[in-house]
Amino acid sequence: MSAEAPSLELKPKLAPKTKLRLDPKTNKYILLYPEKGLLLNPTGAAILKHCDGEQTLAVIIAALAVEFQGDAEVLRPEVLSFVQGLIDRGLLQAAP
Amino acid sequence: MSTEDRLYTLIAELTYLCPLRCAYCSNPTNLAAHPDRLSTADWLRVFAQAAELGALQLNLSGGEPLLRRDLEELVAGASALDFYSNLITSGLPLERERLVRLKDAGLSSVQVSIQDSQPAESDRIAGRNSFAQKLEVARWVKELDLPLTLNVVLHRQNLDRIAEIVALAERLNVDRLELANTQYLAWALENRSALLPSQAQLDAAREIAKAAKERLKGKIEVLFVLPDYYSDRPKACMSGWGKRYLLVTPDGLALPCHLAHSLPGLQFDNVQERSLDEIWRHSAAFAAFRGEAWMPEPCKSCDRRAIDFGGCRCQAFHLTGDAAATDPACGLSPKHGLISEARAAAQHPALIPLGLRYREMRR
Repeated sequence: MSAEAPSLELKPKLAPKTKLRLDPKTNKYILLYPEKGLLLNPTGAAILKHCDGEQTLAVIIAALAVEFQGDAEVLRPEVLSFVQGLIDRGLLQAAP
Repeated sequence: MSTEDRLYTLIAELTYLCPLRCAYCSNPTNLAAHPDRLSTADWLRVFAQAAELGALQLNLSGGEPLLRRDLEELVAGASALDFYSNLITSGLPLERERLVRLKDAGLSSVQVSIQDSQPAESDRIAGRNSFAQKLEVARWVKELDLPLTLNVVLHRQNLDRIAEIVALAERLNVDRLELANTQYLAWALENRSALLPSQAQLDAAREIAKAAKERLKGKIEVLFVLPDYYSDRPKACMSGWGKRYLLVTPDGLALPCHLAHSLPGLQFDNVQERSLDEIWRHSAAFAAFRGEAWMPEPCKSCDRRAIDFGGCRCQAFHLTGDAAATDPACGLSPKHGLISEARAAAQHPALIPLGLRYREMRR
C-alpha cells in the first residue's frame, strides 16, 4: 500500500474492469475484476457505493459518518487508506 | 467436502478447436477425443447451476471460444445470471461487429493472447499468421471500452523480449498484462526442452517485470507468474483441488482443473448426466484430492500443506506416474531430481534444439 494519501477533493470512481455485486452465499459485497474478487467488509462496500466519480472524498466521508453514526475524523484515515490501496491496484480511478 | 470449498469460478472450455497451433497449448494432447457435445441449452443450464453453487466468475475459454456460433447467446445468459464474464481468446476469427454484439450481450472483459512482441516470432509460435489481427482486436476492445487483458505465455524463445512486450502493452493501453510462464504440461511438456528458460533469462525477466509493475501501478496491473520449475515450492494449483474452480470440457466433463481427465483411475461425471451441485458435492473424483487425507509425506506433515495443497496433481502424474505423489516441483519431493535435471539442461543454450512440435488434432 502506498504511503501517499489521496486529496479530499478527489472524486473516485470504480474502474471499468470492476463489477460490484452482492455475494449471495456470504451476503457480503464483492468487487469482481478479471480472474479475482475482493470480498468487502460493510465499510468497504459502503465506501465503494459512493465512488461514482461525482462525489469528492470529503463528501463521501461526511456521508459515511452519517450512515455509520461515526466520527468523520475517525473515519477519514481508514477511508483514505482504503481508497489509495484500490487506486494503486487500478480498481478505483481518481478524477481530480 | 469442507465448508471452505466454495465454487467461485466456472471455466467453460466451449470447444477445443482453435485456429492456432501453439506449441504450449494447455488443452490435452488427445483433444480430438473430446469433441463439442454441449448444446446452447446445456451450457446455459451449466451456467445457472454454477451460479446456484456460488460461482461469480465465468471464463469463456477453449480452444477458441469464438468458434462457438452461439457465443453471443451464452454471454447474454451469463450476463442475466450476473456473472463477471471473461472472454479468453486468440482474437481469431473475429470481426468488430461481433465484438460489439458480445459487448451488447453483457460481456465483462476480454483477454487476448499474443505469443511474442515481434510479429514473425508470434506467428511462428502460434503456428499461423495471426499477430496483426490480434493487435487489431486489442484495439477494438479498448475502443469499445471493454477491459482488456493482454496475455503472453513466456518461455525460452520470447523471455528476452519482456521489456518489448511491456512496451507493447503500454502502447495498447491494456488494463492488465498477464506475463505467465509456461506450465510444462500437455503440449508444453512435449516441447519442454525447447521452451524451458535458463535461470539467467528468468532472473533478468523477473527484474524487468518487477520494475514495470511498480512503474505502471494504478494504470496497468502487471502479473508475472514464475515457472514452478524455478520456484522450489509448488504452485497452489487451482487454489486447491475442487476448492474454488470447476471446469467443463467441450464434451461435458466436469473437472477440477484443465487436465484432470488425463489422470488415470478417476471417473469424471458429465454435466449431461448429473447436476453441477451433485458433482461438486458428491463426485468421487472431486473428493479424491480434496483436503489432506490423500497426502503422502513430505506433504502430510508440511507446514505449507494448507498453502500449496501439495501442488499440481497433473504435474505429479505426468512426471512421476503417480497422481497422488508430492508435486516434483517441490524441493522437498523425493522426485525433485526430475525438475532439477530439466533445469540443469536448460542452462546450456548451445545444446538446446529450438524446433517445436505444434498442437494438432491427432488420433
